[in-house]
Amino acid sequence: MPEWILYLLDFLPDWDWLHVLLISLIKVVAIFIPLVVAVAYLPYAERKIIGYMQIRIGPNRVGPRGWLQPIADAMKLIFKEIIVPTKSNKYLFILAPILSIGPAFAVWSVIPFTDTLVLADINAGLLFVLAMTSVGVYGIIIAGWASNSKYAFLSSMRSAAQIVSYELAMGFALVTVLMAAGSLNLREIVLAQGGGLTNWYLWPLFPMFMVYFISGVAETNRSPFDVAEGESEIVGGFSIEYSGMTFAVFFLAEYANMILISALTSLMFLGGWMSPFGAVSDVLILGDGVHWLLLKTSFLLFFFLWFRATFPRYRYDQIMRLGWKVFIPLTIIWIVFMGVMMFLTPWGYLFH
Amino acid sequence: MMKKAIYAIKSLFLIELWKGLSVTGKHLFQKKITVQYPEEKTPMSFRFRGLHALRRYPNGEERCIACKLCEAVCPALAIKIDSEVREDGSRRTKKYDIDLTKCIFCGFCEEACPVDAIVETRVFEYYGENEGDLYYTKDMLLANGDRMEESIASDRKQDAAYR
Repeated sequence: MPEWILYLLDFLPDWDWLHVLLISLIKVVAIFIPLVVAVAYLPYAERKIIGYMQIRIGPNRVGPRGWLQPIADAMKLIFKEIIVPTKSNKYLFILAPILSIGPAFAVWSVIPFTDTLVLADINAGLLFVLAMTSVGVYGIIIAGWASNSKYAFLSSMRSAAQIVSYELAMGFALVTVLMAAGSLNLREIVLAQGGGLTNWYLWPLFPMFMVYFISGVAETNRSPFDVAEGESEIVGGFSIEYSGMTFAVFFLAEYANMILISALTSLMFLGGWMSPFGAVSDVLILGDGVHWLLLKTSFLLFFFLWFRATFPRYRYDQIMRLGWKVFIPLTIIWIVFMGVMMFLTPWGYLFH
Repeated sequence: MMKKAIYAIKSLFLIELWKGLSVTGKHLFQKKITVQYPEEKTPMSFRFRGLHALRRYPNGEERCIACKLCEAVCPALAIKIDSEVREDGSRRTKKYDIDLTKCIFCGFCEEACPVDAIVETRVFEYYGENEGDLYYTKDMLLANGDRMEESIASDRKQDAAYR
C-alpha cells in the first residue's frame, strides 16, 4: 500500500472498520479496473492474432491500428436495446449474465500478484478458486433455461455436462499441485516454486499441466471445445436471446474466465510472479515481480487464441470421451503414482 | 503392436496437434495479403463490366442506331428503348433507359451491339441515395460516355485482338 494512501486515511475519523473498508475498496478497484481493460482488449487481441494467422490484418480502422476498436464495440453494445423475450423468465433472464460474470471476477480476490500484492491471502485459496469457477456454470444454465428457447436450452445442457466433466479433471490436476506444495494457499504454492525455471511445477507435473490447461480450455467453452456456442449447429448457444449489454456481459465473462484460467495455470505450474532466472538475477526487471505473472498469463492466453485459429470443433461425444476416459483416469493414476513416490520411495524430493 | 505403440505416443504428446499449431504459427509471420480497399485497389481487367455508357463517334454523332438488339438480349429486361426517325432520315433512339437495379451486369448488351454504342465501363463505385437514382436515362448514359470516352476507347482497343 503506497504511503500517500495511508496519508489520506489520516484525515478520516479514527474508526478501524472504515480504514479496512476503504483500503479493501481501493485494492478491489486497483484489481478490477486493469482486469476490465484486459478483458476488453482480449477480444481485440484475438481478432488481430486470428486475423494474422489467416494472413489477414484484422481490425485496423477505429483509431491507430484499430486500438480503439474495443471501445467502439462497447459503445455499440451499451446503446443497443436489451430485448427480453416475452415468454422468458424475466428475473432469471437478467440474473444469468450477472451470475456468470460475478464468479469470474470474484476469483481474482485470492489471486496473488506478488508476495504482498494480494487482496485476500486466505489459506483455502485453492478451494475458493474451485468453488467460484464452478458457480460460473450456473449463469450459463440459467441463461439457457430462462431464455425459453430450444437452442439456448440445448446449449446450456451441453455446457453444463461439459463443465462438470472437466471440473473433475481440473480439480484432480490441482490436487497434485497441492500435494507437491503442501498448501492450499495460492501464495505459498507460488513461493514453493521459487528459485528459477527448474523449480516450477511444470516439470515434475508436466502431464498435469497439460491436463489442467486443456481442461481449462474446455471449462471456458473455448474452441475446440466450444460446442456450447456451436454457431453451425445451435446458432450461437445459450446467448442467442441476449442482446445489448446482457450479451456483452456474457462475452466479457468468457474472456474474464480465459484470463483467469491462464493466470491460475501460471500460478500453479509456471511459478507465478517468480523469475525464471532464480536468485542469480535480482536486478530490476529480471527479478521476481508482477510483470512475470503478466507475461506468463499473456503467453498462455496466446495459446487460447492460437487453438481457436487452428483446431476444428470437437464432436460432443469426443469431448466427453476425452474428459471421462482420458483425463480423469490419467489424473487419478498420477495422484496415486505421486503419493507412492512421495511417501514410499526415496524419490519423493522430485515432486517438491 | 508397434503401430499401437506409435499411435499411443503420438496421441500422448499431441504430435498431430502441434503440427497443426505450427502451420498457423508460421502463417502468423507471413506477409499479409489484405488489400486495404479505399486506399488500395486490386488490378482491374479491361473487360471489367461496370457502369454503362453510350458512346459517340468522334464527330459528335451518337453511335446508337436503335436496333434494339440489346433490349432483346437483356436477360434482366433492364433496357427500355423507343426509336424515331430523325429529320435527316436516320434512325435514332428517343429514349434509352437502363434500370441499374435490374441489371445483372452480364455484358450481353455490349456484345450484341453492332456499333459499339452501349458499353460497360470500369466504374463500379456509384450509388443512389433515393429511389430512382439508379434509373439511368439516355442523357445520363451519354454523359457517362462523354466523360469516360478515353478509358472506354483504350479498353476496347486492348480487347480488339480477341474479338
